[in-house]
Amino acid sequence: MTKPGIAIVDYGLGNVRSIGNGVEKVGGEPVLTRDPAQILAADGLVLPGVGSFVSGMERLAGCGLIDCIREYAAGGKPMIGICLGMQLLFEQGEEFGVTAGLALLSGEVKLLPPVAKLPHMAWNGIAPPAPGRWDGTPFAGVRPGEDMYFVHSYAAVAGNESDVLSVTDFGGHSFVSAVQRGNITGCQFHPEKSGAEGLAILAAWVDSCR
Amino acid sequence: MIKKRLIARIDIKNEFVIKGIHLEGVRKIGDPHDLAVKYYEERIDEILFMDAVASLYGRNNLFDIIERSCRDVFVPITVGGGIRTMEDIERSLKAGADKVAINTQAVKTPQFIAEAVRTFGSQCIVASVEAKRHGAGWESYCDNGREHTGKDALGWCRQLEELGAGELLVTSVDTEGTKKGCDLQLLQAAAKGAGIPVIGCGGIGNTGHVVDVFQKTACDAVAVASILHYNLAGVGQIKEALLAGGVQVRP
Repeated sequence: MTKPGIAIVDYGLGNVRSIGNGVEKVGGEPVLTRDPAQILAADGLVLPGVGSFVSGMERLAGCGLIDCIREYAAGGKPMIGICLGMQLLFEQGEEFGVTAGLALLSGEVKLLPPVAKLPHMAWNGIAPPAPGRWDGTPFAGVRPGEDMYFVHSYAAVAGNESDVLSVTDFGGHSFVSAVQRGNITGCQFHPEKSGAEGLAILAAWVDSCR
Repeated sequence: MIKKRLIARIDIKNEFVIKGIHLEGVRKIGDPHDLAVKYYEERIDEILFMDAVASLYGRNNLFDIIERSCRDVFVPITVGGGIRTMEDIERSLKAGADKVAINTQAVKTPQFIAEAVRTFGSQCIVASVEAKRHGAGWESYCDNGREHTGKDALGWCRQLEELGAGELLVTSVDTEGTKKGCDLQLLQAAAKGAGIPVIGCGGIGNTGHVVDVFQKTACDAVAVASILHYNLAGVGQIKEALLAGGVQVRP
């Protein structure tokens, strides 16, 4: 079986090498790129990212990639945002002032409440918001409550309840740790840094790109 | 629920893993990549590579090791030792590291931390503090426990947090490598009231020592070396002891 070609958007933010290693490990063919033609031709698209919402959107704009990513998403092929890459899928972020996002999903990105140490830098459990929510998604094989690795201070507040794929407890406050709507998935945690269980999510997503 | 973290600290000299006592008098242990993979497979939560002599001789050999390791290790990797410039940080991250640990350069130029945080984000800047008992308190050291800084270690921790560091790695030079347990007073003093995660380090020789840190201090993570390198206990045994002691960790 040919390996699905996975474009990882290399816009100068985030650990693209680690995601590439993860994709390769689970049977994908990673390409680190900022070339729109290469992105649009890929079987699957990863939008990574580390840092602030505003710097993420500025870099994407600076690379001339905002329309390209929207076009990719509209084309129906699988796309996944990781960490800041998930946050950018939403309409706006409030880090260093309000910034417009890609608006592929309804909702905004807000600072976590000060109920525990920030950044939230820890392994923490993910759970489906309702039984059966993970059926038919890349999370289907994950044990509810499984720990994943998080590093962030901001989190998405989804506009559509039905987009929420997983929730996580942060000092008694429940936040959205993954989203999925149609071909678009987002993980606030790092599946490429979450051991065998994180790789299993990445593997299922890469499989969905075939 | 937020889990406490167990971190494997792998000190490197040239291409070998080493282990000393009080950060000195080192002994060769093995290949850093192989050890990192072994601990990953045993379900360690994080790997910390420290280039033991980089800050003394002004070089850093870690990049090859990081590049190889992150092909096989799918948990966060931090690299420290000899990180002096923004280029050093960028090279470390490009090689595959998720975070960098900075000590000596922060002591020389505290604003380096603020600048690094502005460019790379607080989540990837770990401030490393080497503390040694001095009178009723602790003094911070640099160059791998060799040089006095004249700074009060606890005040320095607060200052590093204000400069924007995302995490504090607090190593007791007194207990490091002794396998006799951590300086719990130091770790509690550093972790209590800290607004950012604190990693305690130095002195873990058995599973009870790890349990002690989490039961008796507010540390968010513990970095261990000898206990794993000398096979005194495995990652699984440490985590079992932690769970039995009521400490929430990723099993």
